Amino acid sequence: MPLAPTFTTVPVVVDDAKCIAEKGCTVCVDVCPLDVLRISDTTGKAYMAYDECWYCMPCEADCPTGAVKVNIPYLLK
Amino acid sequence: MTLDAIVDGISEVACDVLVIGGGTAGPMAALKAKQKNPKANVILLEKANVKRSGAISMGMDGLNNAVIPGYATPEQYTKEITIANDGIVNQKAVLKYAQNCYKIIEELDSYGIRFLKNENGDFAVKKVHHIGTYVLPMPNGETVKKALYRQLRRARLLISNRYMATRLLTGTDGRVAGAIAVNTRTSEFLVIKAKSVILCMGAAGRLGLPTSGYMYGTYENAANAGDGYAMAYHAGAALANLECFQINPLIKDYNGPACAYVAGPFGAYTANNEGARFIECDYWSGQMMLEFFNELQSGKGPVFLKLNHLHEDTIKEIETILHKVERPTRGLFHEGRGTDYRREMIEMHISEIGFCSGHSASGVFVDDFGRTTIPGLYAAGDMASVPHNYMLGAFTNGAIAGEDAAEYAANVDFASFDAGAVALEKERVLAPTKREDGIPPNQIEYKTRRLVNDYLQPPKVTRKYELGQTRLAEVRDDLENRMMVRNSHELMRALEAHSILDCADMAAFASLYRTESRWGLYHLRTDFPHKNDEDWFCHTLLSKKDGRMACEKRAVDPYVVPIAEDERDLYDKQRIRASA
Repeated sequence: MPLAPTFTTVPVVVDDAKCIAEKGCTVCVDVCPLDVLRISDTTGKAYMAYDECWYCMPCEADCPTGAVKVNIPYLLK
Repeated sequence: MTLDAIVDGISEVACDVLVIGGGTAGPMAALKAKQKNPKANVILLEKANVKRSGAISMGMDGLNNAVIPGYATPEQYTKEITIANDGIVNQKAVLKYAQNCYKIIEELDSYGIRFLKNENGDFAVKKVHHIGTYVLPMPNGETVKKALYRQLRRARLLISNRYMATRLLTGTDGRVAGAIAVNTRTSEFLVIKAKSVILCMGAAGRLGLPTSGYMYGTYENAANAGDGYAMAYHAGAALANLECFQINPLIKDYNGPACAYVAGPFGAYTANNEGARFIECDYWSGQMMLEFFNELQSGKGPVFLKLNHLHEDTIKEIETILHKVERPTRGLFHEGRGTDYRREMIEMHISEIGFCSGHSASGVFVDDFGRTTIPGLYAAGDMASVPHNYMLGAFTNGAIAGEDAAEYAANVDFASFDAGAVALEKERVLAPTKREDGIPPNQIEYKTRRLVNDYLQPPKVTRKYELGQTRLAEVRDDLENRMMVRNSHELMRALEAHSILDCADMAAFASLYRTESRWGLYHLRTDFPHKNDEDWFCHTLLSKKDGRMACEKRAVDPYVVPIAEDERDLYDKQRIRASA
C-alpha cells in the first residue's frame, strides 16, 4: 500500500536564533533517550525529526543557549 | 544526504565483560566490574547515549527502598518485600540487596548526589510502606545521571553509544559468548565477543498502549521496549513470574508518576471522589492496585491525589520536588490544564500493563549474584527478577552482578560459537530494509499494543487471552514477512516492535499457565479468582524449549527470614475498613 506523511504538531521547539548547532553543538541530539532530534542539512539548526517524544526534557535542560523548549502536545493537554 | 541512511558494514570487538544498557544498573555494573579487575576490558553498550539514557534520564526524586541502619534492618525489609509479593520471592537475593544497599547509598553520596538529612546530619528517612521505614528523598536528584557519568569517565570505561543489541551469542558449550548489535544511525553491525555479559536493559515499558494517542507517552522511559526480556528469551534463559504484571498509579493523561511516595510523608494521600482515603497505605503492591482499580470502577471513582488540605509552604516544597527532579514536564502539564494542588484534587488513573521488577516482581530469573540460568549471563535492574528494585536496587544489584561477572570472566576463555549465527541474525535484522512495499513498524507496534490493551489487561479472562494470542500471531506473521523500514532509525523501531511482540506473547503465555489469582490486580484471573497456595506457591519459569515457549514450576527456596503465620496476609488488608 502507498505511504502517506501525517500532518501533526511536535512537542520540541528549537529557537533558530539561539541554536548554535552550525558551530558544531550537538548536545540536544546527544542527550535525547529516544534519539528523535537531528541537525537540519538545510538550516544547520537542531529540530525534531521524529514524533516520538517522552517529554523527559534533557534536551531543554542541557542546551547551553536555552534554545530548546519541550511542550506538552495537544492530545495530552 | 538521506536522514539516517542504511550503510552495509560489520566489525568485531572482544572484551572480558560486556554490559548492555547504560541507564542505572548498567553503568554501576560496568564500574564495579572494572574496579574488581582493573585489567579487565569492560564495554558498556547503549542504544541511546549513556549521558541521559534510561529510566532516570532526567533524575529521581528519592530512594523508595533504602535500608538504613537505625531505621530498618535487612531482615525486616526482606520480610516486608516477601509479604508484599504474596510470598513468591527469592529471599536470598532480596536480603543480599538489603545488606548491600547502604554501602551503595554512601557511595552515591560520595559522588555528590545529596540525600535528605535532618538537623543532626542523619538521613531523613520517611515511612511509606505498610510496615517499615525506607523512603529517602533526594533534593538534588536531577544530578544523578551526570554524577554517574563523571564516574564512568574517571574509570576510563569503554562506552559504545548508538548500538542496539539485538541477540545474544551463545557458545557451543552453553555459555554466553557475546552479543550482536546494530548501529541506530547507520545500521552497521557490531559483533562483541565477551566472556561474561550483563543485561541491564530496563523494563518492558512500551507493552500496553496509553489512550492519549501518543505511543511514547508511557509511564516508563519509552526507550525501554523490553529488548532485554526478548534477548534473554531467545538465548534460552529462564524468565520468572511474567504473569505478575506491573501497573502503575499515575497522573491521568500525563502518565507520569503521581508520586504519593514523595507527597505522602508530607500529608498528601490518594482519595476517592468524596475526598476520602480508601487505602491504608500508598506503597505499591498488587493488592493496593486492586483496591485502586475497584475504586475507579465503583461509583466513588475517579481517584485523586489530594494535597489541597495542606499548608501553602508544604505544597510549595512538594511542588519543588515534583516539578523539578524526576519528570519536570509535570509542572508544565498542570499549568496547561490549569490544575493547582492548592485548589483541587488532581485526577489519577492506572497505567497500561508492562513488565518491570522496579515496582513489581517479574523478570529474567536471577540468583543472589545476578546470575541467570545461562553460565556467564547476568541481569540486573528493572528487567531482572529481584522484586521491588527501584533505582537503588538497580544500582546495588548492578554492582553485585558487575563484581561477580568480572570474577567469572577472569577464570574462563571466550566460548566458541557458530559463525553462521551472525549471518543469520544480520539477515533477520535487515529483512525489513529489503522490502519495497510493506507495513511501517509504528503500525505493527500500534496493533500489538492495542491487542495487549484489549485482551491482556487484567482482569484476565481465559477466552479473551486465547483470542489475543490468535490475533498476536497474525501480527507476528506481518512483522516477519511484511514489515518495511526506510532508514536506520526506523530499523531501531522495527527491532523494538519485535521485542514488544515477544513480550506480549510471553505475558499471555505466562498468564494462562498460572491457573489461580495472585498479586492482587497484577494476576487477577476471573476463571480462577482465588489464591491457591497448595498448587501455586511457586515461581513460574518461562523459557524457549525446542524453539517454542514453555512454562514450568519452580519451588520457592526455603526462607532465610521466616514469616510468621499471622504476618503472611498483612498486605491483603489494604482497604480502609468502614468507620463505626
